[in-house]
Amino acid sequence: MIAAALIERDFAVPDIRCAGCIAKLEQGLVRDRRIAAARVNFTEKRVHLSCVPDAEMPDLIGAFTTLGFEAHPIGDALGDADPAEGGSRELLRAVAVSGFAMMNIMLLSVSVWSGASGATRDLFHWLSAMIALPTIAYAGRPFFRSAWRALRHRQTNMDVPISIGVLITTGLSLFETATSGPHAYFDGVVMLLFFLLCGRWLDSVMRDRARGGVTALLRNMGTGAMVLGDDGKSRWTDATGLEPGMVMLVAAGERLAADGAVLRGASRLDLSLLTGESAPQLVRVDDRVHAGTLNLDAPIEVRVSAVGGDTALADIARLMGEAAQGRSRYVRIADRAARLYAPAVHALALIAFIGWMMVGAGWHHSLLIAVAVLIITCPCALGLAVPAAQIVAAGALMRVGVLIKDGSALERLAEVDRAMIDKTGTLTLGRPEARDLERLDPQLQSLVLALAQSSRHPLSEALTRGLQALDVARADVQSIREIPGFGVEAEWGDHIVTLGRPGDPVEGDALATQLSIDGALAATIHFADHLRPDARAAIDALRAEGVDVSILSGDRAAAVAPVARELAMTAQTGMSPQDKLAALARQSATHKVLMIGDGLNDGPALAAGHASMAPGSASDVGKNAADCIFLGDRLMPVVAALRMARRTQSIVRQNFALAIGYNVIAVPLAFLGYVTPLVAALAMSGSSLIVVGNAMRLKRAIR
Amino acid sequence: MNGLALLIPIALGLGLLGLAAFFWSLRRGQFDDLDGAALRIFVEDEEEGTA
Repeated sequence: MIAAALIERDFAVPDIRCAGCIAKLEQGLVRDRRIAAARVNFTEKRVHLSCVPDAEMPDLIGAFTTLGFEAHPIGDALGDADPAEGGSRELLRAVAVSGFAMMNIMLLSVSVWSGASGATRDLFHWLSAMIALPTIAYAGRPFFRSAWRALRHRQTNMDVPISIGVLITTGLSLFETATSGPHAYFDGVVMLLFFLLCGRWLDSVMRDRARGGVTALLRNMGTGAMVLGDDGKSRWTDATGLEPGMVMLVAAGERLAADGAVLRGASRLDLSLLTGESAPQLVRVDDRVHAGTLNLDAPIEVRVSAVGGDTALADIARLMGEAAQGRSRYVRIADRAARLYAPAVHALALIAFIGWMMVGAGWHHSLLIAVAVLIITCPCALGLAVPAAQIVAAGALMRVGVLIKDGSALERLAEVDRAMIDKTGTLTLGRPEARDLERLDPQLQSLVLALAQSSRHPLSEALTRGLQALDVARADVQSIREIPGFGVEAEWGDHIVTLGRPGDPVEGDALATQLSIDGALAATIHFADHLRPDARAAIDALRAEGVDVSILSGDRAAAVAPVARELAMTAQTGMSPQDKLAALARQSATHKVLMIGDGLNDGPALAAGHASMAPGSASDVGKNAADCIFLGDRLMPVVAALRMARRTQSIVRQNFALAIGYNVIAVPLAFLGYVTPLVAALAMSGSSLIVVGNAMRLKRAIR
Repeated sequence: MNGLALLIPIALGLGLLGLAAFFWSLRRGQFDDLDGAALRIFVEDEEEGTA
């Protein structure tokens, strides 16, 4: 190959599951001449390719498809994730630096505690200062920055007492060192930073991991449409390249990439992601169609009328922006604790200083005692207690298929006492499932399977799924061909068999397909959207947890009623996105509401809910707006997440109690002047280990 | 005191070496795919097997 500059591309491949997949992808992809190197990142379910510049995106995706993997290009969206990931890196570097400094200073401190005196002690103190000062300047930045931001807005958070404590203690230790005093707290300060940075870093890792999972689920990057050019040829245009006036060809089974009006053809569209309506809508020439809907029946030509920010989606996006403001006012539990904690700590230190001044200890001795109080009360355990518990919980949940976007989501989820659930795609699977397949004649079953397998139409995929679950073997059919707008045709022995759209709409709007042999009708298969298999159990479990549940659906009352009856839930139907948002706002006045939904129409409500969840099959808007995403067909992970969140909250509360208990013992000692740097170091590491150990118990909390 | 003059720089030097090694491996992406690294031991290296 010529030494042409290679370009780098990233793909999200959600199906990487084992070592076999890694080998298959890395060794299989490089057989394609255009791909020079492939590297799998298993943790993030990504593949990094180096390929020749003229390799087209569809070709690269095709290379994945031939290996049996579905790949989604990750484009500029990576740019959004990068700064946050850089944050994690920066924190890890700070953890490493403070860890290194802590160990070395501790080495010197142990010599001081074991009796070094005179010039040796001064030398060791100076060495400690030389290591500690640059470390504090480097590793303390995250705290100083955040404390400064809070103070500028006349607020206080956890970082304010930390920063004040660190700065005062460092200043006093420097003074002690310069005046050959016996007590320097450099080890305590650096250890404090180390523990707190560990907590910060855990928190950040958790966010990154969930974000990686969500990115892999998003399908929107890489959508686009076949656009009909002036020369009559069609070519693939990316969603961002679409312009009003262009004509898109939308094949059956494809999602529309932009709003528009039908120019030619007639078909039925699945609107469930957009409005929650489960019945497909018939569209003819000149009907308006919306981005995000799924074309079910026949290819249509659509003249694009609006793209990107102008689509019907833009309204929903605007509503979401307003709705999300409520949630950003939520104050995390650690910061809430700090609001009480910080003034208390500062008051205590001040009282200690004044008290000792009044009994005539001299300002130097009084200041030393005040600093000992500050160090001992610094919320070291608090800073570690919350993130440690939350990352253990999020890790356990990830294993059962729930992605939690951040720690505050877990805190909010634990507080909910009311749930509002969308119907289509959330309580139900949101895709057509074939009904009564098992009642079909076995021979017809195998014929249907053979025909359905050759088509990627949503109904065919549903048939394939249903029949494979019944262990049907496919019939031997030849020369299968797909007839656009109708279905599939093949030769079976001497017969011609077809599987496709019913000749005349039999039962109004219900979805159905018919199998014919030599033109004679052999079977009619109906489709319906099914409830998730464990919906009833999950709803009952939610009630048992003390959460009131109700349905909030955009679908017609007639379609919602059977579901509501089966699950014994109250329902509000025919709701627009605004209605859902309003219903949620009414409930929010008195309750903490959990919103569970999947569609674009649920987006504003998801953003407004005290907490929100979306299934992995949700629209991209839904997945972006939700706090948690649960994968798979089962609804039970919702309950698992709720239980885990509550359990985490109780562990966090226990940790707070432990920290307070520790302070009750340690603060009087510090007040009386018994806390030397040695005692401070022991107390600090001891309390941190206890809260982390307590958090680890969550690992076994999930069955 | 003479012993200290030798031992303290050695101790610090070793610590710094460890820190530098950690930063180096971080930059080289050794920690990017921890779950994958655990699985890669099962991957047969195709090229070496056939060539």
